[in-house]
Amino acid sequence: MTSAKDRIRLGADIGGTFTDIVLAVGPSGDFGDEKIFSAKVLTNYSAPEQAILDGIDIVIREAGVDRSDIGVVIHGTTLATNALIERRGAKTALVTTSGFRDVIEMRTENRFNQYDLNLRLPQPLIPREHRFPVRGRIGANGRELEPLDEAGVEALAAVIAEQAFESVAIGFIHSYVNIRHERRAQEILSRKLSVPISISAEVSPQMREFERFNTVCANAYVRPRMATYLGRLRMRLKDIGVNCPVFMIHSGGGLIAVETAAEFPVRLVESGPAGGAIFAADIARRFGLEKVVSYDMGGTTAKICLIEEFAPRTARTFEVARTYRFSRGSGMPISIPVIEMIEIGAGGGSIAWLDTMGRIQTGPESAGSEPGPACYDRGGTWPAITDADLVLGKLDADNFAGGKIRLNEGEAKRAILKEVGDQIGLDAVATAFGICEVVDENMANAARVHAVESGKNISENVMIAFGGAAPLHAARLCEKLGVELCLVPRGAGVGSAIGFLKAPFGYEALASRFTRLSEFDVEVVNQMLADLKESAERFVRAGTSRSIVREVTAFMRYAGQGWEIPVLLPDVPFDADAPVKLADLFRDNYQRFFGRSIDALDGLEIEVVTWSVKAMDERPGVERRELLTKGRTVEPSSFRCVFDPAVGAMRRHSIVPRGLLVKGDLVVGPAVVVEDETTTVVSSLFDAVVQNDGSILLIRKVRNT
Amino acid sequence: MRDIGEIRMQVMWNRLISVVEEQALTLLRTAFSTSVRESGDLSAGVFDPQGLMLAQAVTGTPGHVNTMAEAVLNFIREIPREAMYEGDTYVTNDPWKGTGHLHDITMVSPSFRDGKLVAFFACTAHVVDVGGRGFGADGRSVYEEGIQIPIMKFAERGEVNRDLTRILQVNVREPRQVIGDFYSLASCNEVGHRRLVEMMDEIGLSSLADLGTFIFSRTREAMRDRIKSLPKGSWSNELVTDGYDEPIKLMVKVAILDEDVLVDFSGSDPMSRWGINCPGIYSKAYASYALKCVVAPDIPNNAASLSFFNVVSPVNVLNAMRPAPVALRHILGHLVPDLVFGALAQALPGKILAEGAGALWNIHISVRPAAGREGRRAEVLMFNSGGMGARPGLDGLSATAFPSGVHTMPAEATEQTGPIVIWRKELRPDSGGDGEFRGGLGQIIEIAPDDGHEFDFSAMFDRSQHAPKGRAGGKEGAAGIVRLDDGTKMRSKGWQHVPAGRRLVLELPGGGGYGDRANRSAAARAEDRARGYIVEGEV
Repeated sequence: MTSAKDRIRLGADIGGTFTDIVLAVGPSGDFGDEKIFSAKVLTNYSAPEQAILDGIDIVIREAGVDRSDIGVVIHGTTLATNALIERRGAKTALVTTSGFRDVIEMRTENRFNQYDLNLRLPQPLIPREHRFPVRGRIGANGRELEPLDEAGVEALAAVIAEQAFESVAIGFIHSYVNIRHERRAQEILSRKLSVPISISAEVSPQMREFERFNTVCANAYVRPRMATYLGRLRMRLKDIGVNCPVFMIHSGGGLIAVETAAEFPVRLVESGPAGGAIFAADIARRFGLEKVVSYDMGGTTAKICLIEEFAPRTARTFEVARTYRFSRGSGMPISIPVIEMIEIGAGGGSIAWLDTMGRIQTGPESAGSEPGPACYDRGGTWPAITDADLVLGKLDADNFAGGKIRLNEGEAKRAILKEVGDQIGLDAVATAFGICEVVDENMANAARVHAVESGKNISENVMIAFGGAAPLHAARLCEKLGVELCLVPRGAGVGSAIGFLKAPFGYEALASRFTRLSEFDVEVVNQMLADLKESAERFVRAGTSRSIVREVTAFMRYAGQGWEIPVLLPDVPFDADAPVKLADLFRDNYQRFFGRSIDALDGLEIEVVTWSVKAMDERPGVERRELLTKGRTVEPSSFRCVFDPAVGAMRRHSIVPRGLLVKGDLVVGPAVVVEDETTTVVSSLFDAVVQNDGSILLIRKVRNT
Repeated sequence: MRDIGEIRMQVMWNRLISVVEEQALTLLRTAFSTSVRESGDLSAGVFDPQGLMLAQAVTGTPGHVNTMAEAVLNFIREIPREAMYEGDTYVTNDPWKGTGHLHDITMVSPSFRDGKLVAFFACTAHVVDVGGRGFGADGRSVYEEGIQIPIMKFAERGEVNRDLTRILQVNVREPRQVIGDFYSLASCNEVGHRRLVEMMDEIGLSSLADLGTFIFSRTREAMRDRIKSLPKGSWSNELVTDGYDEPIKLMVKVAILDEDVLVDFSGSDPMSRWGINCPGIYSKAYASYALKCVVAPDIPNNAASLSFFNVVSPVNVLNAMRPAPVALRHILGHLVPDLVFGALAQALPGKILAEGAGALWNIHISVRPAAGREGRRAEVLMFNSGGMGARPGLDGLSATAFPSGVHTMPAEATEQTGPIVIWRKELRPDSGGDGEFRGGLGQIIEIAPDDGHEFDFSAMFDRSQHAPKGRAGGKEGAAGIVRLDDGTKMRSKGWQHVPAGRRLVLELPGGGGYGDRANRSAAARAEDRARGYIVEGEV
């Protein structure tokens, strides 16, 4: 059964450079059952919602529907992530427990590289002079050890107002067990201040002050901008007649209400990329690909995510803005549920520059969409990756974004020579090649590190490449990683936005309740789980008419351990022997994770730390498809000179419009497959075969054995 | 094709490193003591069947890794091959055969694939208690420092040795945490073993011999190049530290030869009566670490890279013999890099950082209800770091562990383990040595027993009478201070008492400065003021 609101759905993904809009018409399901209309519009920094409105007009015109026909809008954005990476957020004050002013600066007191004597640690998000201690203390068990210095908080309000802070974060010790001081300080400050105030026990109710404080600081840092933006977006959508519910995709790949997102914008960090991971997982499922590395390269960053057995890896804490060769520990921790991926400053808009030793470097600074790469001819003078791609012939100046943006190759060359080439004595093409090699190597390194951290071998994966810039670089990246198959799906240029529409209407309701099995109260637990089920389902019901599936999980550990393991529970009410059953389930899981459960300590207590109920609507089943690896060779009709890294020179490539390709067609590399949203480079080491659903599969010509 | 083969070897090498990394993470995830689960006072590695270290986990600390690299050979010597079975795990805490003191539990597990011994996995972690006098310098011999576990089986064919766990149960103060950690050490080797077998199955390897040859030959080539590029000669240095009740002098001679580097601790003071003596393997571990940081920071740490560093010493405080007390061997051990750097700075002027706090400021707190009051007893261990010395070109890192690789425990996690309150843990202004590049700041910590409690603490602090020196004209950092909040002075070593209602105040040393202070930029000075890194003194 599908209702109207399931039928016409709009996905909107704001990236650092482009805003992607996707309209799906028809029942959600396999490609072919529904029609997809998409548009790519330059991101507008001063009014990010404008690009969405512009994009909506384009896709509804193409689809022949009205604005009021749209049943649901699902939105994700990297605005929050980029603000953290580029340190472009609000002037933020941290109000914290006296004696703990430097928690976010002292970090873990550890060096993330043991042997580098010249190590630099990342700067704290909020500098020391903007961190204000107040007296008052909660103890480890939640008892008040010292009352909150309310007069001190009042006095601070004046200082915060006087110094024109735009946002406030409150982080007090042990607030995750007792939120009262944080709440009270928030009340006092909000009486005197009109700026948003974020409190750590709400943003990230978890023990460990460094992670929690940093997460609340990040939330406060991006909040004013995000709240204003989301408010404006909703108003303007209403103004133009889009009256449907609006949901935000969150870091974990699920959906949340706009109101929640405006208060907790840190949960939107990585929401765009999360959509991309869902998109790739969906494709992996269709083709039955069990080991996939998704590669999503947009205008500002590249995202790499491992997808095993059709599910992206997830985590409860992650790091953004890693500063040191993508090493763990070199970024800032954010403790929220998240799809685990690695993100680096390597996008089409990333700027190339020379370091003090005369070596080419790329990113993380981005030309963004305003002014954009030099070739956009909008006043940009710094050479971006897109400029290098253009100079190497990978892009066609007259047919970029379906001819909507005319690229100026002269400007691209000028910028490349002025900022890079002239200083190291290279011509424009050689410099452009150097720039692309550096960015490709950076991405390959990031992918390897990510795989290694997960204990995997990157070359065994099938790559799924999407995002506007990925298909331009995917073949070369595969060469560097030893990956032999790469799928460029239909809609590759707007993958994240399509992924939003594939996201299950899901909600995870969590309750942190220490429950020792020896003190297990069956009725209390059953009631709590019933409440969690109720609230999770209520949320999901609002967004779907499909049937709902549930997953009940207890996060358990031996009392005294610091970390829990998830234990999947049967979704039925507990009875009197629940403690015994739970203990058995836990020991089995523990043994599976760690080899041996602990049996020498008779009576070693087992406890549940967090209970979780996940509810989501049931997705329709998909038909498995086989990968086609052979096909009929297509005779190209036109050619263009494109740089071939394998021979190190410009070389004739076939030019094949994707629109003319049908399933089973084989394109022999070197070739360039062109379409409105993106361009796929089939390097001289690869061929390409068009799949049943229109995806392009890049296949390494000579398989290494 | 040679290239392809080489790439595959490199991938396998990386894969091996990720196997041991997962091994280490398992230990972090399953451990009970905060020293392991929050601070990462551990190490993990994989060894070939001869006991040579192939790879170590990135997570971990040099004092463990480099000692463990030798420890595995001791296990192989004492447990004959025919007594090794699938599912076995061996254990010891012998300071001279393990990693330097009784608190470190080292476990080694053979890894069998299809009945054939293909590797050993080893790991070490610092547990919260081993009985005896508790963690401190007051033992007169190793016999007073706790229970000694000779090299033996923790598990045979998967069956845990219940006699051992029963003995532990009555000999240590926190048996649940300690025995729990024994299990998590065994688990972490088990996880490493499983991942290794998966890797070998996938790739179709029957042994690690070729991979080992590749790893060792590549490492050796790279190390040889590095040693070749160093100036040849011999340089000496001397460093005086607090000691227990009288200062202790450490001496070193570093000789850079054609093929290797020789470190000699001759001339250092004789063994101490107190538990600050350092077994030779631990001094060697940190001397090798210091050399590696300077010579080959980017070359992976394994048996081949370690083989280029030779360390000798007559019996003295840096090469203590059984039954000397060694519980706090880490203090002098952590000062060994500064000692070695002082010699290297003469060989490589302009390249070596200033002295820093060096030794961690570890504190072990034994808390109990005050007389006549109800409450909890607990053993609480905290690792805290002072400032690192300024680098040529960079300020020193503030409140950062160096040379140790541990993390501090979150204050929130520490307070969960026992009835104490940490009232303050923040940077210590004015503690970084001045210079063109400023030394890293130390930190100030205030700890009180919770209401109705009192505690004894074991002080394991240094650089309270001998401040970290600057280099190349930089000023020295601030020396450490130990006191109560009422001004009572306390000692930097030994067990002492904090009554109910009082706070213990620790002011950790700052790092030494580098270069002439006249050359420090105005911008850097302005920032020091704005941030409150510098509050007193001339502008």
